[in-house]
Amino acid sequence: MKKKVLAALLTTAMVSSVLVGCGSQPASAPAGDDTAAEAPAADDTAAEAPAASGDVIKVGIINNDPNESGYRTANDKSMKEMFTAANGYEASFAYSLKNDEQISAAQKFIQDGVDYLLLSAADTAGWDSVLKDAQDAGIKVILFDRTIDAPDSLYEASIVSDMAKEGETAVTWLKGQNLEEYNIIHIQGVMGSAAQKGRSGALDAQVAAEANWNLVTQQTAEWNAEKAQQIVQSVIDAGTSFNVIYAENDDMAKGAVAALDKANISHGVGKDVIVMGYDCNKWALEELLAGNWNYDGQCNPFQASYIDDIIKKLEAGETLSEKVIIMDEKGFDATTITQEDVDTYGI
Amino acid sequence: MKNKEKKSGIGGLMRGLVRKQIFIPIAALVILTIFNYIMDPTFFKITLSPNSLGYNVLSGSIITILDNGSELAILAIGMTLVTAASGGQDISVGATIAIAGSVILRILCGGQTSPDTLQAPVIVAFLVACVAGMLAGAFNGALVAYFRIQPMIATLILFTAGRSIGAWINNNTLPVVKDPSFAVYGGFIPGIAVPTPFLITVACIIIITLVLKFTTLGLYTQSVGINEESSRLNGLNPAFIKFLTFVILGLCVAVAALIKVSRISSINYSVIAKDIEMDAILAVALGGNKLSGGKFNMAASIIGAYVIQFLTTTLYALKVDANALPAYKAVVVIALVVLSAPSVTEKISALGKKMKPKAKEVA
Repeated sequence: MKKKVLAALLTTAMVSSVLVGCGSQPASAPAGDDTAAEAPAADDTAAEAPAASGDVIKVGIINNDPNESGYRTANDKSMKEMFTAANGYEASFAYSLKNDEQISAAQKFIQDGVDYLLLSAADTAGWDSVLKDAQDAGIKVILFDRTIDAPDSLYEASIVSDMAKEGETAVTWLKGQNLEEYNIIHIQGVMGSAAQKGRSGALDAQVAAEANWNLVTQQTAEWNAEKAQQIVQSVIDAGTSFNVIYAENDDMAKGAVAALDKANISHGVGKDVIVMGYDCNKWALEELLAGNWNYDGQCNPFQASYIDDIIKKLEAGETLSEKVIIMDEKGFDATTITQEDVDTYGI
Repeated sequence: MKNKEKKSGIGGLMRGLVRKQIFIPIAALVILTIFNYIMDPTFFKITLSPNSLGYNVLSGSIITILDNGSELAILAIGMTLVTAASGGQDISVGATIAIAGSVILRILCGGQTSPDTLQAPVIVAFLVACVAGMLAGAFNGALVAYFRIQPMIATLILFTAGRSIGAWINNNTLPVVKDPSFAVYGGFIPGIAVPTPFLITVACIIIITLVLKFTTLGLYTQSVGINEESSRLNGLNPAFIKFLTFVILGLCVAVAALIKVSRISSINYSVIAKDIEMDAILAVALGGNKLSGGKFNMAASIIGAYVIQFLTTTLYALKVDANALPAYKAVVVIALVVLSAPSVTEKISALGKKMKPKAKEVA
């Protein structure tokens, strides 16, 4: 019996320590260093609010979990840097990858009486009624990164990436390489995701249109580096020749390159295989700078400055000229990229 | 392996063969082999050619399968023990790989995003990851063994939280190890032509074989799985044995995590080892092991793991349409699992009995 009690005690200790681990996790998860500095800052604003009332703009920001991807981490970081007390904002953040949790967070923000609701929705459906509540409460809604299926009267603006345009930019670049023949390994993201559809669409159209553009293989690696490695490995094992790797994100391009290295196939500027990636991770841009990769397409996570502009305009009583704002997105070529680009655009 | 029968005649031999647990995974391997040979005779070509570092290494589809199936085979070892003892499965292995992998990178990078040199020896990082993996296993094991929570529910906690914990360990950054010496664990040791992950797997298999042969671990896990109460009455401590199997699985997870993060010298918390828990459970099932616990056959589970990798590689080699890939895999898996179900193997052997009425009956 004694042993049992001891075991029970030990496990309770273990469980509670892990639960504490979980509990503290969301608090410390968002962007490490910033959190400590950010939390007191928010308190300050609350304290000063009565004195400087009216100046502070209260925003409620609903985002996806920053752990989701490097893109999301950079996105969350830029939001945190923009919406600070120093810039005249009082920001509250809510994170979830689940739509229902996001909706209840939105309801809470409405009750708290925020001035602006900034939303990157996990799912496109189900937002009508809560956004109507927001509108009735006089809260202005701005969508970022993701669109929703709701009448556009329910929100002020939507700041999004045009994935199809990202694909076109990349394919236009590839066309500009003037290869005699394009034998492409196309590694896709999770099928049906907006990024996959947009980035695949442009390439599919080009392959269908041109006789010297061939797809050696077209497979989904589900954004996963190891799967991409296996796909490229299987092409190499089959002895099929290819000269372009078109991966729909950096991770998958990295996996593909690992397979090339194993088989001693040269890649990069002026080499046998052209390597293309997306998302502009810092390490990926460094690969470009070193000439190991050829192209990286940007998916701009820095919506914060666009949102700031819009809020300033709305506060000044101006009307917005357009509802859907498509962000500028670049494509980097290994032959022209500079260290400055890596520092500015790397996420 | 244990149910050896006196065999007489071809019918008896067939029956004995079909009855053997290891038959189904081996049969699946043979079928896949023949299928691939028909589709592409060069599938089995193995060549020795230099890699980008200038060392001669083996390459070919078979090598790719042995290489990429490593993590799954290692996990199958632990999963078989957990299944045998607890009669349930651990669905958190993918998420704990994210934790252990994150620990390895955290220590190697010393908190920086991409340092130019390793901040600590790989062995230190690996040992700490082993501790982390075993702690996660101990957490799962404690819930299952002492709190008597269903294994799938108990491990659901880390399944849900594990990837976030992994991200938290590295402050949400995605560290990249630049030092090429770290890539040997998922690639090749300079001068050795066989992929390192396969060597690591062989080492794990040798260790578990020795452990099962020279300790009572195998016997005890099976007896706890078959009848917990009577093993307790015979002086075993069922709770501790269940707990122990989860800790061993945690160790397997740490080894798999080392290979996984070394393959790409980086980590992506949300997709690393995604869905590998399902493949690991499937490997155990394909090995003909009862998922409700009890007797197990370790070799069959490990071969089951390679069957799954064989199938994946085959589908890539066939260039199956990306949208249809899961459907093909599902069909093959259903067929294999149904064939390896004990009731079906009994039917098949009964059929063999009828087909060969002259063979002497052995009860």
